[in-house]
Amino acid sequence: MSETARAAHVVEEALTPPSANQGLLEVFRRRYLLKLLVRREISARYQGSFLGLLWSYINPLSQFFLYWFVMGYILNLHKNVENFAVHIFAGLIVVHFFTETFNAGTRSIVRNKALVKKMAMPREMFPVASMLVSLYHVGPQLVILLIACVFYGWTPDPAGMVAVLLAIAIIMLLGTALALLFSAANVFFRDFSSAVGILTHFVRFGVPMIYPYSLVDERFHGHTTAYLSNPIADAVLLMQRAFWVGTTSDPAETARTDLPPNLFELGAIAVVACFVLLLVGQVVFTRLQNRIPERLS
Amino acid sequence: MTESIVVENVSKTFTLRYHRTFKQMTVALVKGRDISDDFKALDDVSFSIQQGESIGLMGLNGSGKSTLLKLINGIMRPDAGTVLTRGRIAGLIATGAGFHPQLTGRENVYLNAAILGMSEQETRRKFDDIVDFADIGRHLDAPVGNYSSGMFARLGFSVAIHVDSDIFLADEVLAVGDRPFKKKCMEKMAEIRDSGRTLFYVSHAAGSVRKMCDRVIVLENGRVGFDGGVDEGISYLKYDDNNPENEPDEASEMDEEMGADI
Repeated sequence: MSETARAAHVVEEALTPPSANQGLLEVFRRRYLLKLLVRREISARYQGSFLGLLWSYINPLSQFFLYWFVMGYILNLHKNVENFAVHIFAGLIVVHFFTETFNAGTRSIVRNKALVKKMAMPREMFPVASMLVSLYHVGPQLVILLIACVFYGWTPDPAGMVAVLLAIAIIMLLGTALALLFSAANVFFRDFSSAVGILTHFVRFGVPMIYPYSLVDERFHGHTTAYLSNPIADAVLLMQRAFWVGTTSDPAETARTDLPPNLFELGAIAVVACFVLLLVGQVVFTRLQNRIPERLS
Repeated sequence: MTESIVVENVSKTFTLRYHRTFKQMTVALVKGRDISDDFKALDDVSFSIQQGESIGLMGLNGSGKSTLLKLINGIMRPDAGTVLTRGRIAGLIATGAGFHPQLTGRENVYLNAAILGMSEQETRRKFDDIVDFADIGRHLDAPVGNYSSGMFARLGFSVAIHVDSDIFLADEVLAVGDRPFKKKCMEKMAEIRDSGRTLFYVSHAAGSVRKMCDRVIVLENGRVGFDGGVDEGISYLKYDDNNPENEPDEASEMDEEMGADI
């Protein structure tokens, strides 16, 4: 067992802290691991349930029919809002994308504690994977929406496509930012995952999904800045612009009454604001994560 | 020679929590009790390890061995001081890897290998070797939550040992394996050591440390109590109380070597 008997093993790399990570950048550098985690998450989200992945569609569809019936028939919005079903569903896609990301993302680190406690890896992986899993389910819902829109005589337009991309980008950035913040906070106090359930209620009612934006504009007489500073409301309006407006009988008139005039400007601002929030989320996460493994018991 | 692991003035403090909920904290404040209590798991630990050394980390339960290993692995960061490592690290922390209980053994092998930095092709290439070494048979496609603790540890060890790492960390890997598996592990670890990779081995078994390591670090209540030769380290810990003149029989010698006394 003398030293000389051993082969020389030369390591070219420099001495670095083993826990060094560049946060989210590291997550995207290790895409293969991210892919495995996303795949795992997709199969594990409804583990042990008979209907499995179908739940990802049953959940939004049941919400859709509930709103469609209560708001449409009982509150009689079918009369005031043209193609109300499209109006609800276009909004619901991004709202559901957001709530799923927020909910699953907040629980992601606690749920994966077996890995977090024993393996060295960028922990931002888990909230990001939760967001991507929710994004994965947006696809089929968009297809359903597209079919419905074509049925109502909708034709695609370039500005509308930009609107969809903006809306998805807003939710991806905002969802990841909040998932980062809340997933770390949830390790310290599980209260955060309970609070998320309440917050998502506000989200559903704080966006022009189950009521038209024209009602908001009417009620606040142009003082809609606060309402429109909600990035999710902007994302929903962008979705309405992309899909619902094109299905109405006079799209130009609908856009004038039911959308804010500076919608694309608002969307761009929201993207920038959500990106800044994501950076804040990263900074907070980096600070909190030092104590994450020991607090996961 | 190049340094492989450098630990400088490292401290790590854990909080022992008495009161966690709002109600408990209010009651504690009213009664004037402490809300929290600190516990220093590592206290100003410093040492440096050259590439290719094999270190036996010893110490009583609660002396900070696993915490030190977690800092070197990068799972935790020190509160004070610095930990620096060179190259890729693989290993096991506290018997068994971070497996996901709901995933099958096969899926966990891929996931674990990816976390340890292996690519998809690399994992596919080594997959059969990993499975052969773990020898868990048809349980491979069952969720690891249903595995026995021995199977769990075997699969974890097998993945970690097949990573092309520059530093291998092993924390009481032999505590749950059966004798044939322990023997295989010892052979594999000797292979790692002889290939010039740095081996960092945590054990309570004087025999296996004597066989595997060329330097011993003893932790005592979070401080380095001893750092030096193997035999001196073991006698420092008073783990060698059996008479060396007394030639033990074959079987018990093997148990000694493999750490059956953990």
